[in-house]
Formats: sequence, structure tokens, C-alpha cells
Amino acid sequence: MKVAIIRFPGTNCEFDTEYAFNKLGAKTEIIWHEQKEFKADLVVLPGGFSYGDYLRCAAIAKLAPAMQGVFEHAKKGGYILGICNGFQILLESGLLKGAMKHNEKLSFISKNQDLKVVSNQNVFLRNFQKGDIVNLPIAHGEGNYYAKENILKELEDKDLITLKYQQNPNGSLCDIAGICDENKKIFGLMPHPERACDSVLGNEVGLKMLEGFM
Amino acid sequence: MKIVINIFLKNGVLDPQGKAIEKALHSLNFNEVKEVRMAKQLILDLDEKDEIRAKERIAKMCEELLVNNVIEDYELSTSEKL
Repeated sequence: MKVAIIRFPGTNCEFDTEYAFNKLGAKTEIIWHEQKEFKADLVVLPGGFSYGDYLRCAAIAKLAPAMQGVFEHAKKGGYILGICNGFQILLESGLLKGAMKHNEKLSFISKNQDLKVVSNQNVFLRNFQKGDIVNLPIAHGEGNYYAKENILKELEDKDLITLKYQQNPNGSLCDIAGICDENKKIFGLMPHPERACDSVLGNEVGLKMLEGFM
Repeated sequence: MKIVINIFLKNGVLDPQGKAIEKALHSLNFNEVKEVRMAKQLILDLDEKDEIRAKERIAKMCEELLVNNVIEDYELSTSEKL
């Protein structure tokens, strides 16, 4: 199992992600944003502030040479996981549907948050039961998920919502914290599973999520 | 030629920054304010004399990078002052 972790200028969660996947026995490689080609079973777009979040979160990242490799990987039906800024990149690039707005109350929120497992019919959450409540850290200023009504309906109807907030922190429509594409290969979420991967941190639930890809 | 692009959230998409400013104005008793919408302004200086052509190019820039058309709309205008 090989995991490619894409690093843009401003990415800051690449080493946590690497640590988590190494712990699970995966081989990892950090890919610089200028590298067009790479091979992996799973591509991770980690959290951070790609290109300083200038213009809009993730607007510039979607144009990075490394994204050509990500699009190729998606076309071949490979697994992709976008965490936080990575989720924003998946939305901006059109690999997932919807968009992110500023948090409803405008402040940057960094705290632990209870989440409900909405669907476990996917690799990412296959180690969980539907309705499980898990606790993960969030840290974002723009995590207010928005999509048109017809897209929200499609997400509900096709079972593409993976995680919902128990107490909505940012104004996301339908309390959405994470979604996937209709082939259930591309996953995006605002919470940080890679920051909940060690008992030293008091929480290993993130490891159980990432283990789903192994 | 200088072209001004105003980017704002689409009608019907709740604008959290606009709402915060609106509340602040109300707290200062500017109660005649019915709504505030926050826009982002970009001023592009183009090496192009034809306004129609310039606006066509800018529409393409907006589509490809400057605007997220899921949530945002934009308006273009020319300005000599800026």
C-alpha cells in the first residue's frame, strides 16, 4: 500500500498524515506541488493553507502541476482523501461537489467536535457502524459547506454524506462535515483524523478511519 | 486598460461577513441599513485597447480562477481613475 501525500506551499499537516499512515504500515511519499507524475494507491491532500489561501481557499492549489497527477489518479478510479484544506481543494477542482464559505460566525475554530457516522458503506468508514458518534479535532476558518438544493438532495439520496456535525460549528448546510463522490473513491472532510492517531493525544479514532483505506 | 472586477456571493447564499457588518451598523443605530453584502474587488491592468475583447478575456479568467461559480457572481466595469 503506497500513499502519496501532496505538499503545497503552506501545507502543514503532511507529517501528521505521514506518521498516521506509517503507523498503519503503509509506504508514504511526500510529493512537492511541482511534480506532475506519481504513483500511489491512495492520494492524500492534507490540511494547511495552500498558497496562503490567497484569492480563496484552495483556488490556486487546483492549478498546481501535482493536481494533474491527482486528476489522472481520479480518472483511473484511484482513492483520494482530502482533509480540511484538502477537502477545499477537492471542491475547488470539481472532484467533489459544493463550495466552502467563511464560517458563519467568521472566527477560526480550533476544537474537538462530535461527529455522527452517516454512512459506513464506503472504505473510509467501514470500521464504524452507522450512527456511531466519534470525536475529532477541527481547525478551520472556512468550513461552511454550501451546495445547491439539488446537489444536497443527490448527496442524501446516493448516500454520499459520510460525516455530520452533532453541534454544527460553522453553519454547514445539513451539518455536513464530510462527503464522497458517487463512486465512493474520493473523500473530503473538514475534521482532522490524522490528528487523532495516537493514544498520547488521547484519541485514536482517526487511525481507525484511515485504516479503512488499508 | 483598467478593468474592475467585483466578486460577491450569489443572491440567496448567506454572506456571513455582510451579516456581521450589518449587525455592527445596526448597533450604531444606522437602522436604515437593510442589507450589507461584502464584495471582493480586483483591479486588472490589461495590455489591451479593445474593451469587448478585454471583457471576454476577463470572463474567461473569472471562470477558470478568479470566481467560484458555485457561490459567487461577478460584475465588470472599466475605470480610468484607478
